[in-house]
Amino acid sequence: MNRWEPVIGLEIHVHLKTRTKMFCACAVEYGAEPNTLTCPVCLGHPGTLPVPNARAVEWTVKLGLALGCEIAAHAVFHRKNYFYPDLAKGYQISQYDEPLCRDGRFLVPTAEGELEVGIVRAHLEEDAAKIVHVGGAGGRIGGADYSLVDYNRAGTPLVEIVTRPDLRSADDARRFLQLLRQTIVELGISDAEMEKGTLRADANISVRRAGDTGLRTRTELKNMNSFSFIARGIEAELARQVEVWESGGEVVQQTYDFHADTGALTARRTKEEAEDYRYFPEPDLVPLSPPPELVEPVRRQLPELPGARVGRLRADLDFEAATGLVTSGRDRLFEAVVAAGGEPRPTANVLMNQFATAGVDPAAVEADEFAKLIAARDRIPRDTFLRAVAESGRPGFAAEPYLAEAAISDTDALAPLVERVLAENPKQVASYRGGKEGVLGFFVGQVMRETRGKADPKVVNELVREKLRA
Amino acid sequence: MIDTLRLTAEEASGLLERGEVSPAELHAAYLGAIEERDGELNAYLRTVAELDGEGVPIAFKDLISTRGVETTAGSRILSGYTPVFDATVATRCREAGLPLLGKTNMDEFAMGSSTENSGFGPTRNPWDPERVPGGSSGGSAAAVAAGLAPWALGSDTGGSVKQPAALCGVVGLRPTYGTVSRYGILAFASSLDQIGPLTKTVRDCALLYRTIAGRDPCDSTTVDLPGPVELPEGEDLRRVRIGLPRQMLELEGIEPGVARAVESALDLARELGAEVAECELPRSVEYGLPCYYLIAPAEASSNLARYDGVRYGLRVDEAWELDAMYERTRDAGFGDEPKRRIMLGTYALSAGYYEAYYGQAQKVRTLIRREHEAVFECFDLIASATSPTVAFPLGAKTQNPLAMYASDLLTIPSNLAGLPGLSIPCGLADALPVGLQLIGPQFSENLLFRAGHALEQALAFDAVPARLAGAAT
Repeated sequence: MNRWEPVIGLEIHVHLKTRTKMFCACAVEYGAEPNTLTCPVCLGHPGTLPVPNARAVEWTVKLGLALGCEIAAHAVFHRKNYFYPDLAKGYQISQYDEPLCRDGRFLVPTAEGELEVGIVRAHLEEDAAKIVHVGGAGGRIGGADYSLVDYNRAGTPLVEIVTRPDLRSADDARRFLQLLRQTIVELGISDAEMEKGTLRADANISVRRAGDTGLRTRTELKNMNSFSFIARGIEAELARQVEVWESGGEVVQQTYDFHADTGALTARRTKEEAEDYRYFPEPDLVPLSPPPELVEPVRRQLPELPGARVGRLRADLDFEAATGLVTSGRDRLFEAVVAAGGEPRPTANVLMNQFATAGVDPAAVEADEFAKLIAARDRIPRDTFLRAVAESGRPGFAAEPYLAEAAISDTDALAPLVERVLAENPKQVASYRGGKEGVLGFFVGQVMRETRGKADPKVVNELVREKLRA
Repeated sequence: MIDTLRLTAEEASGLLERGEVSPAELHAAYLGAIEERDGELNAYLRTVAELDGEGVPIAFKDLISTRGVETTAGSRILSGYTPVFDATVATRCREAGLPLLGKTNMDEFAMGSSTENSGFGPTRNPWDPERVPGGSSGGSAAAVAAGLAPWALGSDTGGSVKQPAALCGVVGLRPTYGTVSRYGILAFASSLDQIGPLTKTVRDCALLYRTIAGRDPCDSTTVDLPGPVELPEGEDLRRVRIGLPRQMLELEGIEPGVARAVESALDLARELGAEVAECELPRSVEYGLPCYYLIAPAEASSNLARYDGVRYGLRVDEAWELDAMYERTRDAGFGDEPKRRIMLGTYALSAGYYEAYYGQAQKVRTLIRREHEAVFECFDLIASATSPTVAFPLGAKTQNPLAMYASDLLTIPSNLAGLPGLSIPCGLADALPVGLQLIGPQFSENLLFRAGHALEQALAFDAVPARLAGAAT
C-alpha cells in the first residue's frame, strides 16, 4: 500500500442543539412522538415563510471561528430543489456559493507533528424530515408496503462542514473527527453524538501514486456512525480502490455504504443522470450580514481549543496520552493536578485508566486532593487507591482518610509471610534459582494476596529477592 | 336600502359609526348583491355567511390564507384545502374589525392577466360581461366595481392589482415591496408578490393600506414604514414633477382611446399645478417583460413544488408509486399556465442555463432599478397608462400567451424595481374604463395617494358601470 497515497476529504453534518428549529418556533427535541413538533412553517403549508434562528447563526459563526474560517460579511441562503416526501416545501433552504464561513484550517496534533486540515466551508441549513419505510426489504423504499414521514426533524438546524482532501490515512480522518467533535462539544453548540446522528460524517476517498499531485476519481462513503467504523470503512474503501487500479481497472465515481457488521461495502444505485438541484437565492430571506458587533465578541469569548491544548500537553506527555486526555475532556483536570504537584505520567495514566473506568466527572474533582492520591498511589493498598479514585468526584472528597490506610511496609511483619510463601512453593523457588527470574512476580503476587493487597509491593519485592538470595 | 353600487368604504364606515346601519345589515346587503349579480360575473369563489367583525366588510383574493375558510389560489390542486392559520393581512383586517365577505376568483396561482386561467371558470367584467376583468386579481376588481364588496385585497406580481383595477374602473395600489406582509399569501414569485387594496376611491385605498401595512416578524422581507399613512385631503398638484417615459408613450400596441384618456388626465394634472415632462426608461421598457418572465417563473417553479399530493390538496394515486403520484397529481391539478411557467422556470434555473437566464435576468433587474432611481432624481412621480388596452373580449388572448403577457408591459418595469404604483380610473374608451398608472419612489405611497386623490377629484370619474347604474336605482 505504500506505493499508493490515500486522499481523503470529509463532509460533516452537525445538529445544533438550539431550543427551536432553524426557521420556525417549533422545539428541537430528540426522540419525541412523531409529528408532535410541527407547525405550518415546517410542514410547508401554502403561504408560510421562514424566519432565521438568530442563535443558530451565532453558533455557526462561533464554529466557523473555531475552525479558523473567514466569516462572510454577506452570506446568502439558497434553495436546493428536489422532490421527495422528506422535503415539505419541495426545496431545502441551504447555502450555496455564499456560505457563512469559508477558508478555514484546523490543526490536528499527530505523533509526527501537526496535521493541517483545510476547511472549504461551513454553512447553515435545515434538515429534512425522517422517513421510515415499512415492510419490504430492509427498510428501503423499494418493495416497502408504505412509508411514514416524521416532520419533527424537518427544519432543525444543521451545519455542514466540508474539508479539503488533506487527510492521508484513515487514522488521520478518525483523529480529525475526534478532535472536531470535542471542539463542537466544548463550544456548547451540539451534543455531536454519532450514535444519535447529531454528528454525521461522509468521506470522499481516492488514491494516487505516491508523489503524484493530480487527483484520481473519488468515491463517497456514507452511513458510518462511529469513529471506529469511519476508520474501518475508509480502510476498506482504500483497499478496494488500490485493488481496482492494480488489476488494471478504473475506479468509478459512486456512493458506497459501509456495513460495520460484515465489513462490506455496497454501492448505491446510480442515477442515470446527475441530480440538478437548481440552486437559486432564497427570495423569502434577506442576505445574512453578521455585523462585527456580533462576530467580534464571539471571537473574543472563544475558549482555548482542544487542538492547542494537545500541543501544550505534549511538553509532558506522549501524543496518545495527550490526545486521549483532551478528547476525553480530562486534560483540564490533568493540568490542575500537575500544577498541584502530581507527576505528569502517572497522573495521565490514572486519569485514562482507573479514573475513566470509574466514570468520574472530571469537572467535579478537587485537583489538590487528587494530587495527594497520585503521590501516595504506591504507599496505600491497591483497593484503597481504587476506592479513593472512584470517590474523588464526590462533594467534599478528601484524600486524607484513604492515605491513613497505609500499606504494610514493616519488614518484621512481612518477613514471616514471605518465608511461608517460599516454603509452600519449592518448585518455583528451584526454577528461580535455576535462572528463571520472572518467577519473582509470582511470589510477590502471593504475598500481596495474603495481605489482601495491603502490603507495600516495593517492600515485598525487596524482601522476596533477599530471602531467595539467602 | 343600501346602494352597494355606489357606497364607498369610507361612507359605509360613516353609516356604521352613526348607527344608520348595523354591521349585520351592511354585510347582508353585500351578500344580497352577490346573490343578485354574481351569477353572471363569477367574482366570488365562495362567500362567508357568518359575520365576524363590526366594521366595513371586505373580500380577499383567494390566495390569502383564511383560517377555516377554503383557500385555493384558483387552482384545482388546492380544491378542499382549508388553512389552519390566517395570513398576516387577514389577521390585520380581523383586528381592524373588517368582516370577510368571501374569497374572490383569480388566475390560477396569480398567473394571468384576465382571470380566465382560474380553475373554477372565468370572471366577467361588470362593464361588459363579454369581456375580461383583467387579472390576476380579476375577482376582487370586478367585485368592487359591481358593488359586491366595498373594498377588497388582491395581489400584484407583474401588475395583478393595477391592471384589473384599470380594466374594471376601480382604484388599485401595488405597495412598495416589503411594506405589506406576504405571510400566508400563497406564493407565486416571492421577490415580486405584494398584497394591495382594490377600492372605489383613493381615500379608501389609503385607509386599507394603513390597515395592512407594516413590518411583520413572520416575513423577513418586510420593513417598518418610514412614517404614518396619511389620508389625502388636498386637491392640487402644485410643484409635483411628473415624468412621462417616452418609451411608454410611444409603445406599440397602446390603443388610441387609452392614449387619449391618459393624455387628458395629464392635461388636468397640469391644470392642477403639476410640472409634466417626458423622461426616459429605455431599458426598463425593452427588457422588463423578458426579465420578468425569467425571474417570476423561476421562483414559481420552486414555490409550486410543495403541491405534490403528499400533505394537502389533490392527490391522484392509483399507481401507489411515488413518482407516478407526483406526476399524476400535478398533471391533473395544475392548469396550462402554471405548467407552462413551471417548465420555463425550471429551465431557467437548470445547470448550464442558470447564468445565461436567471443570472442575467437578475443583472437586468438591477439595471431597471437604477434606471428608475435616475428618473426620480428629476421627477417625483412617473405616469403612464396602466394597461395598453381596455378590457378585451373573453377568449381573445387565451390561445396566445405572449399577447396575454403584453398586457403587463407597463406595470412590470416598476414592479421589478420594487416600487409602489397606483392605478386610478381616468376616463372611458369605447365605453370601457381606462387606468392611469402613477409610480413613485420606494415608500412614496403618501405622495401617490395625494396625487391620485387630487386627480380623482378633478376627473370626477363615475365608477359605476353604466349598465348597472340603471338597474340599481
